[in-house]
Amino acid sequence: MNDIVISVKNLTKRFGNFTAVDNISFDVKRGEIFGFLGANGAGKTTAMRMLCGLSYPTSGSGSVAGFDVMHEGEMIKRHIGYMSQRFSLYNDLTVWENMRLFAGIYGMTKKDTEAKATELLTQLNFLSERDTLVGSLPLGWKQKLSFVIATIHSPEVVFLDEPTGGVDPITRRQFWELIYKAAESGTTIFVTTHYMDEAEYCSRVSIMVDGEVGALDTPTRLKQEYGVESMDEVFRILARKAKRGE
Amino acid sequence: MRTFIVLLQKEFLQICRNSFLPKLIIAFPIMLMLIMPLIMTMDVRNVNVAIVDMDCSSVSRRIASHIEASDYFTLKQTSSEYPLALSALEEGDIDVIVQIPKDFERNMTTSYQERISITANAVNATKGSMGMQYVIQTIASSLKEVKNENSAIATSELITIENRYNPTLNYRHYMIPALMIIIFILICGFLPALSIVGEKESGTIEQINVTPVSRFSFILSKLLPYWIIGLFVVTIAMIIARLVYGLAPIGSVGTIYLGALLFILTISGLSLTVANFSETMQQTIFVMFFIIMVNMLMSGLLTPIDSMPEWAQNFTLILPPRFFIEILRSVYLKGTTIAELWNNFVALGLFAIIFNSLAAITYKKQS
Repeated sequence: MNDIVISVKNLTKRFGNFTAVDNISFDVKRGEIFGFLGANGAGKTTAMRMLCGLSYPTSGSGSVAGFDVMHEGEMIKRHIGYMSQRFSLYNDLTVWENMRLFAGIYGMTKKDTEAKATELLTQLNFLSERDTLVGSLPLGWKQKLSFVIATIHSPEVVFLDEPTGGVDPITRRQFWELIYKAAESGTTIFVTTHYMDEAEYCSRVSIMVDGEVGALDTPTRLKQEYGVESMDEVFRILARKAKRGE
Repeated sequence: MRTFIVLLQKEFLQICRNSFLPKLIIAFPIMLMLIMPLIMTMDVRNVNVAIVDMDCSSVSRRIASHIEASDYFTLKQTSSEYPLALSALEEGDIDVIVQIPKDFERNMTTSYQERISITANAVNATKGSMGMQYVIQTIASSLKEVKNENSAIATSELITIENRYNPTLNYRHYMIPALMIIIFILICGFLPALSIVGEKESGTIEQINVTPVSRFSFILSKLLPYWIIGLFVVTIAMIIARLVYGLAPIGSVGTIYLGALLFILTISGLSLTVANFSETMQQTIFVMFFIIMVNMLMSGLLTPIDSMPEWAQNFTLILPPRFFIEILRSVYLKGTTIAELWNNFVALGLFAIIFNSLAAITYKKQS
């Protein structure tokens, strides 16, 4: 069984003298919600960009959906969805036009696009806004739309980089419902976040400290291991070890 | 293919939805073509002439009346005192002094002839030399008239001046092709670069880079709209040139379009290459501006290449507009054919291939 979707071995990225990601290794199984935690500047986004084929690793190896991150970046891109930290849909296009664009990029036919987009918008209860310019939507809606568009082509893995940053609690809740729904249908979710309550929702969590993986396990076992009540405390204990940053 | 179609659709939607761009694309060439030829002219008008008539004969009066009748001159002063005219010239009131010597008419028949002397104020070099040229031509035609009326008069040698291809030496006809090129450079050179860097600044390019879109489709989807816009703009410019200035190409319009297409390809490829190396709008604009300045000032758009120093003449060989301006001017004014201009087309074709390959190679999806 090909149960491992992301496999990373000794992955390292250096920018000059600075080692952003230092020798990290982990595996992610199919259908998991993998939480990728760490303080600001711990190297989360850099690691994620390598896995998405946006950035070449300096050394080490990794594979995503069975393709090598070093040499098969373009193949990886066919099988993943990506939602950047920064909102990056086209503000001057409507909801529908953005969906049509990204579906078309992944080679979906007109008919499939139409059906899938209608289904997703109905699910979001958002069909009435299909002709609204994306730029005029409130942030929470933009984020939900970004997620839906990142999964429009039913990818094997979706990478979410701080998807709920700056979003209100109710919308965050709805957002995680979307994530669960996607995971149930077999999509692997790789998500970074700063909200420790969200970390509790993940199947497994890795906490990065200074470019290295400081801890990796299910939230329950991590709490046991550190003898604390919440993920928040686990995070504080680990983050305090950091020498980088402030 | 579907990928490319949706990308192209997106570019057109974005251009049309921009509050400013479509207006610019229409208004810019029209304004430039309507206003600039009136301003950018080296035709010298209002040359102030003083006539120092020491002859007071029918010939000298005829010369004076011809000068007075001409559109180019303003007859400011008629006197018989050269020093008076000279001091007016020194003060800048007069540009050209025409001095007709005593007994000029009577001596026209004899072999000995005291000549008409012309003095020009050359502080404004163009006005001085062009003014002098006009005066010479006017006097020459006056004298010719006199001779034709009285064939008994022995002809002395007169200079005949003929400007082929641009018979009236109309500076506008020389400048309009250059203006067309400036429009191309600005529309097809700036806009694609700004469009790419705009995506970098807004972060949308990252969303594209994480999809399997090929570099080639993405770059082509950025360029194609501007190629179409460029060809549309050249059409407007040619129509204005025809309707407003009466300038129609003597040669084939097809040759112009072919040249325009190659030139647009070149300039937009160059622009994308610059965009690939820039992170911000400022950077792009500054670099493009520098490149465009060099291209506009050194490629023979405004000044003849032949009068440049030799190293500069060699340098023009790497400037794409140099080859296109030759095509435009010779097709417009001489009616030259593709066959005669083949090396210009080959040069533009090479530039197009080089710059567009560079644009595709330097666009990196993974860093």
